[in-house]
Amino acid sequence: MSINQNANTSALPNFRNLGILLRILVIVDGMCLIVALLGANGTSTLTEGLVDLSALVQPILILSLLVLAASNEWLHRLRYWYSIAAVIALELALTTVVYLLSQYLFSSTGALERYWIFTLLVTGLLIGYFDLRGRALSPALSEARLQALQARIRPHFLFNSINAVLSLIRQDPKRAETALEDLADLYRVLMADNRQLTLLTREIDLARQYLSIEQLRLGERLRIEWDIAGMPPDALIPPMVLQPLLENAVYHGIEPRTEPGVITIRIHGDGNQVRLLLRNPYREQNDHHSGNRMALANIRERLALHFDAEASIKTTAADDSYHVQIVIPYLKGSA
Amino acid sequence: MGVQPLRVVIVDDEAPARNRIRDLLSDCALKIPIEIAGEADNGRHAIELLTACEADIVLLDIRMPEMDGLEVAQHLQKLDEPPAIIFTTAFDAYALKAFEVHAVDYLLKPIRLARLFDALSRVRSMTPLRVDVLRELKSEARTHLSVNERGRIHLIPIDTILFLKAELKYVTVRTAEREFLLEESLARLEQEFLGRFVRIHRNCLVGKDAICGFERATDADGEGHWLVVLKNITEKLAVSRRQQHIVREIGKML
Repeated sequence: MSINQNANTSALPNFRNLGILLRILVIVDGMCLIVALLGANGTSTLTEGLVDLSALVQPILILSLLVLAASNEWLHRLRYWYSIAAVIALELALTTVVYLLSQYLFSSTGALERYWIFTLLVTGLLIGYFDLRGRALSPALSEARLQALQARIRPHFLFNSINAVLSLIRQDPKRAETALEDLADLYRVLMADNRQLTLLTREIDLARQYLSIEQLRLGERLRIEWDIAGMPPDALIPPMVLQPLLENAVYHGIEPRTEPGVITIRIHGDGNQVRLLLRNPYREQNDHHSGNRMALANIRERLALHFDAEASIKTTAADDSYHVQIVIPYLKGSA
Repeated sequence: MGVQPLRVVIVDDEAPARNRIRDLLSDCALKIPIEIAGEADNGRHAIELLTACEADIVLLDIRMPEMDGLEVAQHLQKLDEPPAIIFTTAFDAYALKAFEVHAVDYLLKPIRLARLFDALSRVRSMTPLRVDVLRELKSEARTHLSVNERGRIHLIPIDTILFLKAELKYVTVRTAEREFLLEESLARLEQEFLGRFVRIHRNCLVGKDAICGFERATDADGEGHWLVVLKNITEKLAVSRRQQHIVREIGKML
């Protein structure tokens, strides 16, 4: 699945995203309150009106969310206008079913037409809202690509790597070739359109290429431990998440030390989540963290753009090590 | 009359960077006589090496672990005949601006043969670096103090210093093992290592981590005052009346 926020195309939101579901809940209940307020003459009738309305709206709302989440993939395969028609038809049908059921159970009064109008209004408003939000985020995503480019790969790294490659050319031309190829790959990804999610395995390949360039410079001082046996191979991740974090780990964890240090990368699936854990040695010093914070803010922002509330990034500085923990929803991609 | 070869020392924490400079120096050697006097992979080794061998010039990397190039340069000025210094750096926008202002020599990595050759040819006419300029270039505090004893440079890690005491012309640096005489001003040291030392007297700074406790003492006139008890040594230091408040402040943290 790709994020359906390509420039200038409208799409329904991802109904399996927790943030989206929460937004729908809040908006619909907010509208219930407004309708109840408009029809009320005093506080007693306000609560009455709200209870009356909720008795029908809440079941419809919960059912809608369930059905939408279930039909999410099918809906996204349709063209935008067809999918809107499908959602509206679905909502009207659900309203009718719940209305008839409540008539049968509680023989409540009130015309079905009123509920149809309310449903149409709410559905229309929500679709409009998500369309606007999608459009608002779309430039943010292309902006994110630029940020990924600007925020990452310190110039320091580029010049030092070129320097390392130059030193190899005379003694070990073969290794110099590989190093230049790695460097080219790294920059290709960096400058690519980074709005789409990428396979976690590709992100790991990139990280390995980056680390092999750093290994060239730092030699024995840099040790890497990969623990990715429990990683779902088809998981998706925003591109350039791992590399900037590793660059921070090298810059703040390995370079300031004379003795060797270990960077540990642990990735594993955990139900419908994927957890990434990075650890590097670290010593509190009067050293400048602005670069570090910039990278973290950038990654946090991009995770939020892609996954809303379902992703998180957390950092902790223990006595002599620094941890970054990322949790993202497990979305399956195809190679 | 043969020309004395230029003796060069290479200092960089990354082996490939040193290899590269070595290659370039061998290219330069075709035109001017050059001799590589040694290589070092960190600041401490660099200072040891340069104390032992007489070099004309050091190619000194700025960003190195533990002790950076700017600090190494400061310590090297304690040598009787400090070598000329050319800094090398990959990227350091702020530092480079300051280098230009003070006409400090530097080479950008990757280093170009022509630039290196120019720098080496100019060495004999280079004006020596001034310590105050080096201090200005380095914003952070040093990790070591250094003293020259009979031509040798002693490095004293800051965290081993128990106290600093101003005497007539010198500052006495006291570690658990011994004393050193340092030609620097106490006020300057206090400013540089703000937060590490606490002033207990007009002429004395004590390392916060070195304080073990406080003791009440009575002097000859029967007046009471506080003494600082230190870790590892028996010597106790008097707290002046004006600095008495630190007894409470530090006492709370012990």
